[in-house]
Amino acid sequence: MTDKKPVVDFATDWDHTDPRWVEDPYPIWQDLRERCPVAHTERYGGGWFPTTHDVVSAIANDTEHFTSRLVVVTNNKYPEGAPPAPIGGAPPITSDPPFHAIARRLLLPAFAPGPINALEPQIRALCRKHLDELNGESFIDAASQYAQYIPPGVIAHMLGFPAEDGEIFRDFVHVVLDLIDLSPEDRAPLFVPMAEYFDQQIADHVAHPRDDLTSYLLNVEVAGAKLSPEHVRGTMVLILIAGIDTTWSAIGASLWHLATHPEDLGRLVNEPDLMPLAIEEFLRFYAPVTMARLVKDDMEFAGCPMKKDDWILLGFPAANRDPAAFDAADTFVIDRALNRHAAFGLGIHRCVGSNLARLELRVAIEEFIARYAKFELDSSKVVTWAQGQVRGPRHLPLRILG
Amino acid sequence: MRVSIDTEICQGQGRCFSIAPSIFDFDELGNGVVIGDGTLNEETLSLARLAQSNCPEHAIFIEE
Repeated sequence: MTDKKPVVDFATDWDHTDPRWVEDPYPIWQDLRERCPVAHTERYGGGWFPTTHDVVSAIANDTEHFTSRLVVVTNNKYPEGAPPAPIGGAPPITSDPPFHAIARRLLLPAFAPGPINALEPQIRALCRKHLDELNGESFIDAASQYAQYIPPGVIAHMLGFPAEDGEIFRDFVHVVLDLIDLSPEDRAPLFVPMAEYFDQQIADHVAHPRDDLTSYLLNVEVAGAKLSPEHVRGTMVLILIAGIDTTWSAIGASLWHLATHPEDLGRLVNEPDLMPLAIEEFLRFYAPVTMARLVKDDMEFAGCPMKKDDWILLGFPAANRDPAAFDAADTFVIDRALNRHAAFGLGIHRCVGSNLARLELRVAIEEFIARYAKFELDSSKVVTWAQGQVRGPRHLPLRILG
Repeated sequence: MRVSIDTEICQGQGRCFSIAPSIFDFDELGNGVVIGDGTLNEETLSLARLAQSNCPEHAIFIEE
């Protein structure tokens, strides 16, 4: 990664791990939207980055021309051992129709609002515990000391993994989502500890079945047959990876906003009824997740000569800043009433954990501002942002003012 | 005046039943469903319209 060629023009050579993109992608996307609006790159074996809501939505809804076989852009379009389309390595996110609907149907009931809303007291207690552990210090890191603890705790509970394994999960997330620009040879061995961990958890659940998602996946039957071991493991990996980094990023980015916009913090503290609208605006403005697709066959799409197996990096966060889709798209409006954002994706791959993510985000913000009504960035330290397809602060040094 | 959800288009984004819980509910998969027969009055029409204009999938239809 160190000898990487710097990007000169993102329109013809985009790279979502470029330091400028990682630091502040929004001006880059705005420029691309006006000039392209679908940017191209030869990096990662070739790919496209659409920046308008129209094109993002069209691709997200077009499973005929685009496959979800791989959803994370890396230097390897043909990883060894990954089941082919329509199943993919982590069903249902990597699945295409018609298999997708079967795999998704298995997960939806566990993530529907009923069972998810029942987790609220537990999530609130988790948030309070981590706020208590900050010991009333005046200088804290709201990303590494608070936000990053909330989703792993909830996901460990749902999968029936040890609650104290949060640190291990964060390592897995780092490998899958951050260390993407390695050669396939350097990247493959990094997955071994994760495979071993899942083997261990599966063996434990086979020996001691219990009421959690892991036992459910091991025992559920589709058309009279249990799921294949690859399917079970792939879905568990999906839930773990997709359930952690994403929400932790959303919580962190929202707290970053409040630390840098005291007027919005003041309104949220004094007008708690604003919370539902504020949450949707946090999700629109700081949507953390960008998802990949692959082009199925050579074709022209949105005026672009796409080739089979070109990457598509679906910029849902860029779609959310498209002035053709939102009034004052680049302005954060805490009480925005019309907000048809695409933070959880569009079409059949809508984030299966969206109800959980919203709940965690709301409770984490509510509890944080109940504890700290005034805070700002700690100007002596630096905020750092995650690189890759999930954007959020990894370090968010704050100074507590009240 | 009646409101309906096209179940082929709905993906369970969850906006309608959050914005207008008196008009919409969710099923066991988390997809939106209309409560009752979806008949609207002057008062509920504006709420239904608000939910409609927040649905990312454009799955809500209002017959006036």
